[in-house]
Amino acid sequence: MDSIKKMLLEEVADLHSIPTGAFNIRLNGQADGRQNSEHIEIVPKTDKPGIDIYIKPNTVNESVHIPALVTQTGIIDLVYNDFYVGDNCDILIVAGCGIHNDGHDKSEHNGIHRFVLGKNARVRYVEKHVGSGEGTGERIINPQTVIEAGENSYIELETTQLKGVDSTIRTTKAVAEAGATVIVKEKILTHGRQYAETKFEIDLNGEDSSVSLVSRSVAKDKSTQRFVSVINGNAKCAGHSECDAIIMDDATVAAVPEITANNVEASLIHEAAIGKIAGEQIIKLMTLGLTEEEAEAQIVNGFLK
Amino acid sequence: MLELRNLSYSVEGKDILKNINLTIDDDKFIVITGPNGGGKSTLAKIIAGIFKPTSGQILFDGEDITEKSITERAKMGISFAFQQPVRFKGVTVKDLITLASGQQISTADACMYLSEVGLCARDYIDREVDASLSGGELKRIEIATVLARKTKVSLFDEPEAGIDLWSFKNLIEVFEAMRDTIKGSIIIISHQERILNIADEIIVIAGGELSARGTSAEILPKLLEEADGSATTGCRYYREGE
Repeated sequence: MDSIKKMLLEEVADLHSIPTGAFNIRLNGQADGRQNSEHIEIVPKTDKPGIDIYIKPNTVNESVHIPALVTQTGIIDLVYNDFYVGDNCDILIVAGCGIHNDGHDKSEHNGIHRFVLGKNARVRYVEKHVGSGEGTGERIINPQTVIEAGENSYIELETTQLKGVDSTIRTTKAVAEAGATVIVKEKILTHGRQYAETKFEIDLNGEDSSVSLVSRSVAKDKSTQRFVSVINGNAKCAGHSECDAIIMDDATVAAVPEITANNVEASLIHEAAIGKIAGEQIIKLMTLGLTEEEAEAQIVNGFLK
Repeated sequence: MLELRNLSYSVEGKDILKNINLTIDDDKFIVITGPNGGGKSTLAKIIAGIFKPTSGQILFDGEDITEKSITERAKMGISFAFQQPVRFKGVTVKDLITLASGQQISTADACMYLSEVGLCARDYIDREVDASLSGGELKRIEIATVLARKTKVSLFDEPEAGIDLWSFKNLIEVFEAMRDTIKGSIIIISHQERILNIADEIIVIAGGELSARGTSAEILPKLLEEADGSATTGCRYYREGE
């Protein structure tokens, strides 16, 4: 395994060696290793790039790793990954994308993920996005996630982008059936002239369905962030979205909520807070012996931890 | 030893502190008291380096620290517990105590400081120092950060402010324990009779000036007399049981 690939695998999927259980590694738009397990089958698509991942009903305590890496400059990768999670499963999916661009051409990864969750299925989905390399070519990652959350299913998405990605537009759409729960925890740090946009569109269609979208972000330098959350409460349901951003230097952050209750029993909340680091936080840490710069770094690290 | 020489502070032409001269010896338990708005908190913030005096000097162990930053003073051995502790999203109680101690410490060590301020460590160590904590809990964590620093001078700005009587009763015990195991000077800004009672010295700051200084036995009876005798002094001392 070459060193860049190894580094990216460690960063995006916390993989230090070939994982146990099912996995699919995508490198520069091609399959670069695949393994099925007894309960998880990964099948290449025949009509378009990508894979179908079939997780048998009642599969518990198993994981699937599907990292995508781009290490060559000028690659525009598009991939469709569809997850079919059987009834009563309880699994971990580790995705993530790393782009290492040492060249001058744009490198781009567009991952389109679809989750079809069976009844009572539970999924924890972890995704990190990382950009690296010394080239002037842009590193672009545009993920799309579509979730069909079946009855009483539960999905928790933890997405993190902390460095090196010049531009990202992340779109997440979910439809929640009766009793289904969708949880999204997003962490973003942008710097330089980076752009990050996250768009959520959640339909709470089933009785007692719920969603919680929590975004914590830090925008530094001249970077721009935009957080758009659309929640439609179409039944007796609970929806909550929260955008909490620290803005620094000459950055720009916008939070655009849209909550619509189409049912009298729908309870929807949006909270947004954008502001600079409070001066008293820095002063407190300085009274503990940290310099102003150390205090600032500590506050940002804690906020995004 | 901490020495303030001819210290004055004014804001927009208004004198907040006027020519304060004060020496605080090592290993003393000092309580600064006086009417609200008299300049006590300002004085503490000037010692910690948060405010710069308009004129005068601050000496710490003979060294002039008037121009030193907050960080430099903290490193030299001055700690400050805020009247209104700061909240941090994502920073845990353990993180804060570790930062305060200036080194990697074990969870057991961090828990020890929490136990000292009367918090059940197991319930708090991994919690974030955010809005989920009550005022009393935050106050104790604030005090624990100062304990963890083990510095020569520890300043506490109105530890009783904003907490309920029940929590405060426990806090008094914390300060009483500190009083007994004192290593370095403790300076507390307080209106609380029980804290004034255990002071080696009481310093009264009123109208921006040092108006009285002496032992607890000398000063406290006068203060209580004044507080009882007049409702218009603007200086109220809370007596236990009231």
